[in-house]
Amino acid sequence: MKTEKKQYVVFRLADEEYGADIIKVTVIERMMYITRVPKTPEYIKGVINLRGDIIPVMDLRARLGLTEKEEDDETRIIIFDINNVSFGAIVDSVSEVLQLEETKVESTAGIIKDKTKDFIYGVAKAESKLFTLLNLEKLISDLVPEMS
Amino acid sequence: MDMNQYLDIFVEESKEHLQSLNTSLLELEKEPGNTSVINEIFRVAHTLKGMASTMGFTHMTALTHDMEDVLDGVRSHRIKVSSEVVDVLFQCLDALESYVSEIVSSGQEGQEEYGDIIAALAKINGSGAEKSSQKTKSAQDWTIGENSEEVYSNGLRLKLNIYDKNIIEKALETSMNILQIHVELDKKCLLKAARAFIIFQALDRNAEIMKSEPSVEDIEDEKFDYSFTVMVITKRDAAFFQKELNSIAEVRNVETTSITHEHIEMIQADEEGIASTIQHGKSDLKEAANKFQKLGDGKKHTNKTVRVDIDRLDVLMNLVSELIITKTRLADCGSGGKSNDYNQAVENLERITTNLHDAVMKVRMVPVETVFSRFPRMVRDISKELKKDIVLHMSGEETELDRTVIDEIGEPLIHIIRNSADHGLEKPEKRKERRKEETGNIWLRAYQEGNNVVIEVEDDGQGIDIEKVRKKIVGKGLESEEAAADLTEREIIQYLFQPSFSTAEKVTDLSGRGVGLDVVKTKIEALGGTIELNSTFGMGSKTIIRLPLTLAIIQALLVMVGTEKYAIPLSYIREITDIKTSDIQFVRKQEVIVLRDMLIPLVRLDQVLEVSKDELSDTNKLLTCVIVRKGDKLYGLTIDALIGQQEIVIKSLGKLLADIRYIAGATILGDGNVALIIDVNSIV
Repeated sequence: MKTEKKQYVVFRLADEEYGADIIKVTVIERMMYITRVPKTPEYIKGVINLRGDIIPVMDLRARLGLTEKEEDDETRIIIFDINNVSFGAIVDSVSEVLQLEETKVESTAGIIKDKTKDFIYGVAKAESKLFTLLNLEKLISDLVPEMS
Repeated sequence: MDMNQYLDIFVEESKEHLQSLNTSLLELEKEPGNTSVINEIFRVAHTLKGMASTMGFTHMTALTHDMEDVLDGVRSHRIKVSSEVVDVLFQCLDALESYVSEIVSSGQEGQEEYGDIIAALAKINGSGAEKSSQKTKSAQDWTIGENSEEVYSNGLRLKLNIYDKNIIEKALETSMNILQIHVELDKKCLLKAARAFIIFQALDRNAEIMKSEPSVEDIEDEKFDYSFTVMVITKRDAAFFQKELNSIAEVRNVETTSITHEHIEMIQADEEGIASTIQHGKSDLKEAANKFQKLGDGKKHTNKTVRVDIDRLDVLMNLVSELIITKTRLADCGSGGKSNDYNQAVENLERITTNLHDAVMKVRMVPVETVFSRFPRMVRDISKELKKDIVLHMSGEETELDRTVIDEIGEPLIHIIRNSADHGLEKPEKRKERRKEETGNIWLRAYQEGNNVVIEVEDDGQGIDIEKVRKKIVGKGLESEEAAADLTEREIIQYLFQPSFSTAEKVTDLSGRGVGLDVVKTKIEALGGTIELNSTFGMGSKTIIRLPLTLAIIQALLVMVGTEKYAIPLSYIREITDIKTSDIQFVRKQEVIVLRDMLIPLVRLDQVLEVSKDELSDTNKLLTCVIVRKGDKLYGLTIDALIGQQEIVIKSLGKLLADIRYIAGATILGDGNVALIIDVNSIV
């Protein structure tokens, strides 16, 4: 039987590595000017001009409850498209694209207990490293209720 | 045959026809004897029948067929136009509309047969229900009277005049063939005009068409029965055309006659013919004069048009938007002192993009008539239902609005007009008591005012009972009795726009169900418009809606708030003024300034927009203040610096940030960065 393989974009936040389903990634951009938008949640950094389209950008560190970090050369904005809702997420760096078998993904139920647990879909192990897989829909479900 | 590809066209055209049917029926009700209106209704019913039967919608075909029977009776004065007849015809219209909407949603016409309407039609037609149902079954093989197969004395079907003779003589000299071709179409042919078009194309390829009976225009409009005759000049012979035309489907018979000297000799002899030509010319003139008369009457005339998918226009619009952004960017680059040539080129580009934008906008503009046209019918129905005599006066139907606005404006207007008819206008007895005319009036006006289109709904009904509303405010616990007593009339009216604030004592079918003006207001504001309600108790009320001409590209003022750039739509801005911090006064803790004796509340943009600032703004001696208008109130927005006026393209912030307060959207500046557009309506 052929095992289901999925590709993940691997990126770094603080000291951990995370994975996001590549099908949901539109493009990866270098850091650019972000226009602040008032009256938005703390983790929304603002909006960017992505070749004529206005895209909201969130600080993924802030969303996951991590400490803030100054941007540097490695900082990237990953643009996601989830059911036609586009948004960007600021990450420390993007390292690689990884192929994973679905069976290697383990549930994190019971491991993470804080309020960010909804954002985590599972943990995958590859080449003796651990990747936290994000539940991207949940990241924006506060703002787009039909996502939850 | 797969009809799906024609379904859209069918729906679009049906809607147009139904709309014109609606208008004509209302006219018929007013002037039952107007034959041109009756003919128009007949024509529409006939066209709809043809279209429906082409698409295989049998119920719709049956209904229009029976309608046609009645209309034919009316046309031949067999049936008198009574209010009963008009009512039934209106029912037919409703039934047809529901067929069409069923077709829109499911692609099928549904199972409803409207037996009652068909029976009512049959009753009017005086032929009994049985005959009608029989006819329903045979609706497919209706026939129209045979074309009058007139043949002139020279053996030709076409009437030739002296001019034709000259042409024919010349052609014969150059040894060309002159042919008279008489084409009969199959009686089952449904798209006669289309078939005729194909035939004309075939003829055009091989010959020059000199004359046609009926005229080409009439044939295009399907104003012919099943045959037509043309005269052509050609190098080919009769046999060629016989073969060519007979190969076209649905052509039943082709008859060709070569025209020779013999035929035209007779013209010369026939002086009467010339006289009749002149006569004919005269009647042509008369006809033309009539046509102009019609145009003058504001009747529809068909322009040459192309149907374009709105999505394609949106794509075009987006491209123009991108072009404008790039143009602005280019202009910015040039400010660093480039050559004259460069500046001229940029100026030129600016002019062209502006024109291009205008042109694209115009394409997207639709007259408000498309929305207004349904109201006379609605008011007629309400008037019958409520037993009030109501006259609807409409003006400015030709005022144009962007398609996107038009699509949204219908519902709110229906609501307002219903309000006027139901709550506004009194019952006839009451009007008599109040010494008003028994007939209530509703005025619906549209006109352009600067960059806005204004739509007004006014009635001469009882107006708003301010004291009643005041009581209700207290009764609902929205304000204390003392506070309510202090409210001005204007403030009280504002409460009517609050959710579920209905003052109607009786809930009728029409209104008073708690979904009220607040929904209207939300909708109008979502379109970037404003709504205002004025009323004089006992005299009537007036609702004024102001809508932006377009939603996509606007003129805006760019300003700095702290270190951030914001755009304020120019249409809201009244003036810009510098004020001293010492001029600011306080009224109930609200900062206000006095400008030319007007008390203007201040809105500190930096605070509202949570802009972080290094220094306290109070250390500034002078504050720049943008005075904006919302409804007829003025507000002052404090800013830190002006950048300038610019044409901006409004972009949405996307689904994720759809409901952000104070921000109406975003725009991309010349430097590629994003600036937010301030939503003046919600910020003040």
